[in-house]
Amino acid sequence: MSFDWGIIAGNWKFLLLQGLFGIGSFGGGTLRLAIPAMVLGSILGVVIGLCRLTHRRWISYPAVLYVEIFRGVPLVMVIFWFWFLIPQITGQRLPDYSVALAAFVVFEAAYLGEIVRAGVQSVPRGQVDAALASGLTYGEMMLHVILPQAIRNMIPSLVTQFIVIFKDTSLASIIGMMELTKAAQIVSQREIRPFEMYLFLAVVYWICAYSMSRFSRRLDSRISPDHVQSTRVLRLSS
Amino acid sequence: MLGYFVNSLFQAQQPAECSLLVAEQVRFPPDVPFAPKGFPGAGLLDFVVDGPTKQGYQDIVMITFRQVNKWFGATHVLRDVDLKVRAGEVVVVCGPSGSGKSTLIRCINKLEPIGQGEIIVDGRSLSNPTTDLTALRAEIGMVFQQFNLYPHMTALQNITLAPVKVRKLSREEAERIARKLLAKVGIPEKADHYPAQLSGGQQQRVAIARALAMQPKIMLFDEPTSALDPEMISEVLDVMVELAKEGMTMIVVTHEMGFAKKVAHRIIFMDEGRIVEEGGPEEFFANPKEERTRSFLNKILVH
Ligand SMILES: Nc1ncnc2c1ncn2[C@@H]1O[C@H](COP(=O)(O)OP(=O)(O)OP(=O)(O)O)[C@@H](O)[C@H]1O
Ligand SMILES: [Mg+2]
Repeated sequence: MSFDWGIIAGNWKFLLLQGLFGIGSFGGGTLRLAIPAMVLGSILGVVIGLCRLTHRRWISYPAVLYVEIFRGVPLVMVIFWFWFLIPQITGQRLPDYSVALAAFVVFEAAYLGEIVRAGVQSVPRGQVDAALASGLTYGEMMLHVILPQAIRNMIPSLVTQFIVIFKDTSLASIIGMMELTKAAQIVSQREIRPFEMYLFLAVVYWICAYSMSRFSRRLDSRISPDHVQSTRVLRLSS
Repeated sequence: MLGYFVNSLFQAQQPAECSLLVAEQVRFPPDVPFAPKGFPGAGLLDFVVDGPTKQGYQDIVMITFRQVNKWFGATHVLRDVDLKVRAGEVVVVCGPSGSGKSTLIRCINKLEPIGQGEIIVDGRSLSNPTTDLTALRAEIGMVFQQFNLYPHMTALQNITLAPVKVRKLSREEAERIARKLLAKVGIPEKADHYPAQLSGGQQQRVAIARALAMQPKIMLFDEPTSALDPEMISEVLDVMVELAKEGMTMIVVTHEMGFAKKVAHRIIFMDEGRIVEEGGPEEFFANPKEERTRSFLNKILVH
């Protein structure tokens, strides 16, 4: 089988600009979906995570239910739900991009909420004791003592989750949203060279994901002020 | 409110005989009933207590436990605890593991709520919903076995956080005080070090400085030297001895009996959630009355 590099040379601009960044007449775009999904999902995730941590059951139980429901179903199914449900409820079709974004935010918030909860719980109980004993209020304790340490512990999980979201955006192609996978499909059908196209697709996904995980390691060692701990983390993760 | 006012009046009086004088003047007639529980003035009468005033502390009650009981689920961890600690008094608490020593002192700043009874600190009842808990906690310094320094902050930042946020000091003023305190605990050069860059003894001294920065009326110590290597214990104890000499009201959970003999006015022995025995260091060590105290002392004084 001969390998036709010309296919890639002729289409890479379309794939990257339209597929990855969403610049072009089709809208969509892998990063244009992944980044807002991560940001909005994290905001909802903080709310869900802190709700799960309260002792008031009427707040924590719904949060537990939310997390358990969305962790128990496949993302594809949630995307389909939104695709069929939103027109039923609102009476009008939303753009593919909006449907996909809504589905991703709702679905990923369940995972991000668990990351927030685990992050807060990873801070030793003694930190709460010391902060409260010094006269800080609950809010001051969270803001100045607990969350800075929790976020530091959460960064590796957050980056991992972002990489998952980044790769999962390919599922948005099933409702026809334009993104990297969809762009590759279009090109490969037009040119009838699926092998080259999907190989190129894999390389693009891999380079993006790998550079994100490298970035996370650098970030992790930079913001961690105690050098003992940061060298240990570096050694374990490399 | 009134109780607090009277108490701060007393606080202003320095020498023991002087405060006795004031106590005479403010002594209430015997027919004054106790303020009802929960009333802001509850415990007012506690400021005037009978008994001898040992040199070095004042005749003013800072902390009162009245028939305090506490449970963790089904475990009964504090049983009918009655305790009075006077201003300037140094009380050492000892007892076997699990006897409720940590719980006892964690109740004083309400890190643990109690099940029954009443605790009055500096004239304010902890069970009174109008008591400003954060304001009260700001006046009670606490030092922990595991130091509990904030790992993402330097020594200086650890010390200045509460003075800036709670006492509303300016950053410059808070840092000036922090540097003075670091000098006082013997590590002025460690201001910009993170906890992970300090030895255990240095971390604990930063933790003491952090508590002192709030200018507390009471200091609570929960086994402050138990997590330290032997060669670092004395550097921490020295700071505590100094503090005791300055007249700080201190409750210290520790098994350092040398420290207890040197500075404690009173030693309390706890077992199974009860105060089994208490007394001045001489009588406590020379002839403990209870069998349980004797066997405990034998165990810890052997090595
Ligand atoms: N948060 C908690 N939940 C449930 N039980 C607890 C909790 N904290 C303490 N306990 C129990 O309460 C009892 C008293 O504990 P406490 O920590 O006050 O003892 P201690 O005298 O300080 O012991 P040690 O010398 O080991 O520090 C123990 O039986 C302990 O298991
Ligand atoms: Mg203890």
